[in-house]
Amino acid sequence: METWQRLKRNLSELWQSFRRNRMGLIGLGLVLSALAVAILAPWLTPYHPQQVIRDANGRGLTFAPPSVHPPLGTDDGGHDVWAQLVYGARSSLTVGFLAGFIAMFVGSFLGILAGYFGGWLDNFLMRLTDVLLVIPDLPLMLVLVATIRQMQLKISPLTVLILVIGLLYWTSTARLVRSQVLSIKERQFVARARAIGAGHAHIIRRHILPQVLPLIVANTVLILSTAILIESGLAFLGLGDPTKPSWGTMLNFAFDRNAISNGAWWFYLPPGLAIVWVSLGCVLLGNVLEEMLNPRLSGHHLEGEARILKHGERK
Amino acid sequence: MSSSHYLLRKFAFALLTIFIVILINFVLFRVLPGDPVRAVIGRNVKISAEVQQSLREQFGLDKPVFPDQFLMTMKQWASGNLGVSWSLRRPVAEILWSKLWNTILLIGLGQILSIVFGVVLGLLAGWKRKTALDAAALTFSLIAWATPTFWLGIILLAAGSTWLGLPTGGILSPQNVGKPLHTVLPDLAAHLVLPTLTLTILYLGEYMLIMRSSIVETLSEDYILTAKAKGLSQWQILWRHALKNAMLPIVTIIALNLGFTVSGAIYIETVFSYDGLGKLFQTALTKQDYPLLQGAFLLLAVSVILANMLADILYTLLDPRVKSS
Repeated sequence: METWQRLKRNLSELWQSFRRNRMGLIGLGLVLSALAVAILAPWLTPYHPQQVIRDANGRGLTFAPPSVHPPLGTDDGGHDVWAQLVYGARSSLTVGFLAGFIAMFVGSFLGILAGYFGGWLDNFLMRLTDVLLVIPDLPLMLVLVATIRQMQLKISPLTVLILVIGLLYWTSTARLVRSQVLSIKERQFVARARAIGAGHAHIIRRHILPQVLPLIVANTVLILSTAILIESGLAFLGLGDPTKPSWGTMLNFAFDRNAISNGAWWFYLPPGLAIVWVSLGCVLLGNVLEEMLNPRLSGHHLEGEARILKHGERK
Repeated sequence: MSSSHYLLRKFAFALLTIFIVILINFVLFRVLPGDPVRAVIGRNVKISAEVQQSLREQFGLDKPVFPDQFLMTMKQWASGNLGVSWSLRRPVAEILWSKLWNTILLIGLGQILSIVFGVVLGLLAGWKRKTALDAAALTFSLIAWATPTFWLGIILLAAGSTWLGLPTGGILSPQNVGKPLHTVLPDLAAHLVLPTLTLTILYLGEYMLIMRSSIVETLSEDYILTAKAKGLSQWQILWRHALKNAMLPIVTIIALNLGFTVSGAIYIETVFSYDGLGKLFQTALTKQDYPLLQGAFLLLAVSVILANMLADILYTLLDPRVKSS
């Protein structure tokens, strides 16, 4: 397993240079802290998000401002906002991460196939990504999610979101991986492996994959931020799971239930800040990783700065 | 490759994409559960079995889905007949047409403002590269990118209505609806401030980044060095030589971003209850009004596809280097 040892060595070298990058460390800190909140949710609040907080007379505290208790106030139904926020991290991050991973798997798989085998397959896949790129994504997703829900299949709303986001956002990964594979497969060690009779599966597993894997990781982190933003948008438009509110669902509730006219800023500010927290963390981390790992970017400032825009157009 | 060949290919690609959108639309409509007759006339209309059967024949629903029903639907859509909205009980095409101009007004204003400010700020950031101004511009665009559109809208709505007394939504105050346009312009402008501001802030960062990298690249070209050697002032170099070439990428980005702009319109019109296509889309979604939803999707998708095609063609005309590559 010499190739994997090389990968391990590459990763430890990567960490050495990553440690010195302030932006990257900030990004990593933002992402990890959000993950910690999601995992530790039950220990961070005594309340359940659907539990009504009552005053001494037993009446529900509606739109109570932040105080020592409850720390972030309550919503229109007397539910603790802080509890909703930390449990909301679970829904938001679950959808974002799973959708991001699906996009990564589909994109990497198709990118490697297209780049390695070329021919009609490559042509077809690239035209398909062209088509997906020009169809406006939000309207397409809304129509898809609405139709799937109407079909009354036994799928939870969050699963529908994960699948729709994951299966639409693989195009940029596929293009990136494809172009990388195209250049790797021309290198000598691949030609040598082929000359001594190595099969396609062997070459892809042992020579191509270890080379493109770091790049895929960096790209996935960028895709995660897109997936989290998209989830929040779809949930805001009412397509989330009301029984497992994510940050987007919280904003949907806050907006629909007049938090703005009631001046309940504690209800609509924290979920949005949480979304910015995570998506900014992923962008910082992903940009730094991609800069360090994508050989095509080094040296050419234009590509370096235009990179974020490739993802930006798909918010 | 000759340029007419290139244009032809772009045109063929746009047609293919539109066909795919139509196919998606058709298939999604057919997989909905329930009687398709219901899908055409609405769910809560009481009709006798005979009427239902005659409608079935009239709409061709007794024929096979493919190719008969598909061709029939294509023919209807091509003639501008997008069906009747379930919730509003009016032809979908008519409803879309009535909301279209409001959305074009909002998106147009937001785009113009963000392009003007984005180009100027990007120019300054690229010109004064690696200064505090440059760093601030980059940080701003990064944060703007990570901020959800609708949340920025919510914050501006809360802040603007509380502190500045701006209207909380809609396009005109109730007492001004139906009056001649020139008498209600101040009211219209007051309603447009917040949604336009939200759009501008969101798109600004992107144009700024593009302009910045474009000007940085242009400034490294040989003809800029020549201009410097000729003794032209910095301003003359920037204005007469650099700007024109550096503007080129902006042209394509405007059209390429139309898809993103459409998403922005859906969020912003929802937050500000602005009576346009985006709000219509959201209403159709919550009321599960499928003919309306599909009609709006068709209109938005086809506009974006055509805009992309135009951008490609425009870019070819503006930049002769594209043709040869």
